[in-house]
Amino acid sequence: MKGTVVGDVALVMDAADDVATALDDLSAGETLPPTEDTPVETTLELREDVPFGHKIAIRRIDAGDEVRKYGEVIGRATVAIDPGEWVHTHNCESTRGRGDLAAAGAETGGENA
Amino acid sequence: MDDFEGYRRPDGTVGVRNHVAVIPVSVTASSLAERIAADAGDGVVATPHGMGSNQPGPARAQTRRVLRGVGRNPNVGAALIVALGTEAIDADDVADAVADAGRPVETLHIREVGGTAAAIERGTDLADSLRADADDARRESADASELIFGVECGGSDATSGIAANPAVGAACDRLVEAGGTASFSETPEFIGAEHILADRCVDEETRERLLQRVEEREDMARQMGVDLRGAQPTPGNQEGGLTTIEEKSLGAIAKGGTTPVRGMVDYAEPLPTGGGLVLMDTPGYDVESVVGKVAGGAQIVAFTTGRGSTTGNPIAPVIKVTGNPKTWDRMANNIDVNASTVMEGESLSAIGERIYRTLLDVADGRRTEAERRGLTEFAINEVQPATTGGESP
Repeated sequence: MKGTVVGDVALVMDAADDVATALDDLSAGETLPPTEDTPVETTLELREDVPFGHKIAIRRIDAGDEVRKYGEVIGRATVAIDPGEWVHTHNCESTRGRGDLAAAGAETGGENA
Repeated sequence: MDDFEGYRRPDGTVGVRNHVAVIPVSVTASSLAERIAADAGDGVVATPHGMGSNQPGPARAQTRRVLRGVGRNPNVGAALIVALGTEAIDADDVADAVADAGRPVETLHIREVGGTAAAIERGTDLADSLRADADDARRESADASELIFGVECGGSDATSGIAANPAVGAACDRLVEAGGTASFSETPEFIGAEHILADRCVDEETRERLLQRVEEREDMARQMGVDLRGAQPTPGNQEGGLTTIEEKSLGAIAKGGTTPVRGMVDYAEPLPTGGGLVLMDTPGYDVESVVGKVAGGAQIVAFTTGRGSTTGNPIAPVIKVTGNPKTWDRMANNIDVNASTVMEGESLSAIGERIYRTLLDVADGRRTEAERRGLTEFAINEVQPATTGGESP
């Protein structure tokens, strides 16, 4: 498998990533051990349940910051996200194909980029 | 030596199946085509679809391209083209493509033969006789370099980008190394990953074409003032852990492997043979996208799924691959290859090798799970007004 397995329960695809992928249904309170070649440098405690295949923040991500997986940008944080939090549509959004933003921009006379 | 036994056609292509295809030119003739295929029995397949009898220009051109492409797919040993007789697409024109590819072909016009009852009788006789013609073909030795391998994903989840897609990608790399051709598509699922593909294009023309096609798909959402997030990733994808289209795309492009991108063709356009990775501009709808590649000449399709899929195709065998251990447990009778073993430590290259061997076995005649279950979904993509806007006159 590409990437680095963290404590047998999560996968970090690239050292530049902000998130790890859960390899099992994980529960709040479970921990990820510090792991070489990943941003997990100290023991990381899950702040909430994270289902199989879903993402866990492995560093602090500020609101508006880019979120990386595969070493690439997958979206931006809509609120500040702490390490150990579940990262999904409630706190991370796409920046592509956003006709809604273009429409809102046009209505307010903003740039229709 | 990576070889298999296939049906060598007069046009130089090699089929991995030897179907008699009953191809309706419109929705009007579709149910009759199915009836004829069912009555004619084993080895006769139908390609029913919902396209209208008199579509506007660009849509009609695309339907015609699909029908002609399907008719000359190397897996078609003979074809029967069925029409009501009032359609804008001419059955004889579709038949010409099949004949030019050196395969026996007949046409059947429902109005001319005297309506449905007569058409069923006449059609079944024609199909029987075409079956006898096609049976003259014998399998003979062929090389992996003569394969066009279409690659598709559907019902993606987070395991798709980690396991099934990179494993199928490794199989594509293996085929390309052996001189074969691989193709993947689903342009909306390049959004957010197009820069990686662009860097791999062999020339500036391909690069520009790719970036333009991705921009057109994204513009459709912009022009309509809608948010792509409602449809991409789908609710199912989201439940499976995919948050954004960028994340889905970055996982999706892994299924094409890592070799240079040799070119990009339009929906259902002939895929160039001669080796290498070629993209096709298709929608993300799985069945339509698979049909586009089959019309382009793909003899075998690999279909990766995380959440589970049952998709097959009447013309090309579809090899199903999942990276989700739960889906493998639940749907093993729909899935051919388990790639979730990557999570137990099997290397992606080892799984890729398993998929590549499965590809050659299926080319040799081994039936896929979709073939065993008789799953033969077929649909043609309809050009929408918004998608024709970007085309040059």
